[in-house]
Parts: sequence; C-alpha cells; structure tokens
Amino acid sequence: MLALRVIPCLDVKEGRVVKGVNFLALRDAGDPVEQARLYDREGADEITFLDIAATAENRDTILEVVSRTARQVFIPLTVGGGVRSVEDVRRLLLAGADKVSINSAAIAEPELVRRAAEAFGSQAIVVAIDAKQVAPGQWAIFTHGGRRETGIDAVAWATRMAALGAGELLVTSMDRDGTRQGFDTALLEAIRAAVRLPIVASGGVGEVGHFVAGAAAGATGLLAASVFHFGQFRIADAKVALAAAGLPVRPIPLRARSA
Amino acid sequence: MIRLAILDTGSGNLASVKQAVEQAAETAEIAVKVAVTTSVADIRAADRIILPGQGAFAAVKKGLDALDGMQDALEERVRAQGAPFFGICVGMQILFERGLEHGVSFGLGWFGGQIAPMDPKGPDGQPLPLPQMGWNALDFEEGYHPVLDGIEAGSHVYFVHSYAAIGHDEDFVIATTDYGGPVVAMMARANIVAAQFHVEKSGDVGLTMLGNFLRWEP
Repeated sequence: MLALRVIPCLDVKEGRVVKGVNFLALRDAGDPVEQARLYDREGADEITFLDIAATAENRDTILEVVSRTARQVFIPLTVGGGVRSVEDVRRLLLAGADKVSINSAAIAEPELVRRAAEAFGSQAIVVAIDAKQVAPGQWAIFTHGGRRETGIDAVAWATRMAALGAGELLVTSMDRDGTRQGFDTALLEAIRAAVRLPIVASGGVGEVGHFVAGAAAGATGLLAASVFHFGQFRIADAKVALAAAGLPVRPIPLRARSA
Repeated sequence: MIRLAILDTGSGNLASVKQAVEQAAETAEIAVKVAVTTSVADIRAADRIILPGQGAFAAVKKGLDALDGMQDALEERVRAQGAPFFGICVGMQILFERGLEHGVSFGLGWFGGQIAPMDPKGPDGQPLPLPQMGWNALDFEEGYHPVLDGIEAGSHVYFVHSYAAIGHDEDFVIATTDYGGPVVAMMARANIVAAQFHVEKSGDVGLTMLGNFLRWEP
C-alpha cells in the first residue's frame, strides 16, 4: 500500500527559515539545511522549501540552500516560490530539487505548466493552488499571500492544471493557513473528485488528528510547517496518529545516518 | 578504485544520483570514481554503469539514441562483457521492448514486455491517484538477490510513475509493490538490475541498495 506522506514545509527567506502566521507575522528559526536533515532523520517523507521572498535578484540564495540540502538529504525535495520560467525550474532541478512548485506564474501564464512538464516531465512539476472559500462549496484562487483574488474557481483550475501536465497539486487553504483549525477538507474533497493527480494538503494543521482528516478527504501528501517547526509535535506523532487510524505510513527509519 | 559511469541521456536527476552513490560508497568504505557522462569511451571503460531517467519513455530513449554509438557500447559493455548495470526509473523502463507513452517507442529489449499506462483502483473500485507518487513497500524474497542484501522485505522506497511493466517474464521480477494490485518494482537478470522507484531518493534503503550494487559481483 502506498504510504501517506508527511511533509514538513520550511518557509525560507534569504536563506533562513521563517514561518508566517496567516503569511504575515514572521519568526526566524534557523538554517534550512539543518532543519531538513533533522526532519529526514525524524522520518519526514519529503521536504518542501518555499522561498517566500524570491525575486530575480536573490534566486541564487535558494539555489545554494537546495544544493546543500540535496547533498545531505536523500529523500524527495520540493521547492517553490518565485518560479516564473522554464529556466527557473531548470535551475532548481539542477541544484537538486526533485519537484518544483509553480504558483502565481501559472495564473499569469498557464502554458508555463505545459512547457515545464514537457521539458522535465510531469513528475517534476507541482502546481500550488492557494484557495479561499467564496461561497458554500466554492473556492477561488488567491495570489500575493492571499491578498489578491483572481476570480478563478479552484476546482476548475485544478482540472486545467492537470490537463496541462502538472504531476501533483499542492492545495493550500488560505482560510485555514496559520489558524491550526485543520485542513479545509471540503476543498480537498472537491478537488479530489475532479482530478486524479496526487494532492498535497496544506494549511491549518494544529493537531495530529488533522492529518487523519486530510487523508480521509483524499490527500496523499499532508503538509505542515509551524506545528513541526516549533515542536508542538513531531513527524513520528503524525505517523502514529495515521497508523492508529488504520492508514498506511512509512515507518520512521530505525537509525540515523552518521552526521 | 571503481570507475562508475552515470549515463546522461539529458533527462535524469543526475546530481542526486551521483550524490547518493557517493554517500553510499562512503558508508560502505568503497573507493569509487563517479563520472556523469555522455561519452561512449567512458561507458566502454566503466566498471559499473547506472542509467537514471525521468520523464517520458520516448524522451529518455530519444536522449539515448542521440548519443552516437551509445547503444552499441551498452550492448557490448553490459550484455557481452558483463559490467554490472543499474537502471533507475525510466532507466529501467527503457530496458523493456516497447514503451507506450506518447506513441510507441522501442526500448533496448533486455527484458521482454512493454511499459504501459497504469489504471490502479482502490479496494472500493475508485481510481487511485496517478502518478503513483510516494513511498510504497517492496515485496521480495529476502536473500534472493545481492542488491537487496540487508534490506527487510516490506521496506518502503520512493516511487513516481504512471506507467508500469506488463507482459514481462515473471522470472526476472525480483521485487513488486502493491498499487491497486502488484506492480513491477525491480527486475534483474545476470549482471543487470533495475528499479522502477527512485533508489537515490529512497533514504537509507536506497543507499543500502547502491552500496550493494557497488559490491555486487554477478
């Protein structure tokens, strides 16, 4: 049985780890490479880096972080934030990312998803969908950290991204992000019903039971940041909760690689 | 010093494979010189060869075909002379006779069978997500193949694929996984071993396999 993936996300700004509450208040908590190594040893199934302040000028900072991480961590690494061109994707993959997540640029230019998938394969292309509920059973895509509504329906968008060649969807509820009230399971279910791609649920984890709810809603990847980051609970706790609910997980590795 | 060639067909995550091999070699205390290469001469001189591949069957095969004389060099070095060979992901798939992704393309034919689209269903009959993306358990008979030495049956490895082997010879299957039914995870015959999953991204289990491959005397 395919195991559910527990995925810690590290928000990275200028080479340092930060985590925003509702994307606004930021607290610094360390070196992303060290954090990634720790999460790997603790049994994370993938690592995600989100470069939250990516600009054309500071792209090299994240490339260096990715490259250092990939030399030490032998589990999949997804990198997103500020990805605007096929060339951006190429540089991140060459630096050692396994998957690159495209967000705002897909909205500005949907064909970017197709070109990136054709160039590197769908398996390397994640489309990040930041959605907010706008009516009962209806969600719209927001950009700029949730401040700008695009008017695009989230489920229709997910379907279109799948058709363009995305290999995975990273679905973040902007309503739930930073609230610790759990994933927006209705949003996940609506997207699961519309597309066959693997879905990574994001935004809102506050307790281990939220992972179980995300899985029940059809997500196969379960992403969280601050709960892991500030030590509220550990990767193992999330896996124990999933396993206790009868869901498949990859056991925590028994031994740590030598430092 | 083992000369290990990682064959670059223009579509692999070559840096990751190289770093994983180097880590595995260090842990196993084996001296290895790793070259990521497109050169026929390097392949002919290599003690061991790894063929990674990502993306579509047709694209990876096209990348291989674009390297003048490479297929002959592989046939000679691997099939005729017996250099240990490890195909990874699409680098496994193109060892089969045919791929059905983006039209029909011909593989190397080192294993019979073809690479066809998957359509996995869950126990409730509902379609499972595609690609299969994530960690799945390896089913195999412990002690059967040296590349799996020291790895427990049921260990998890990292898969990303939407196509899988069909019509193959079961005798060459050394490990399967379960995604809506059995799926070929590893093939082996003589000095050739191949994995559908990403060995280089499968944590300690993958590093153990790579260490075993470096020691393997088929």
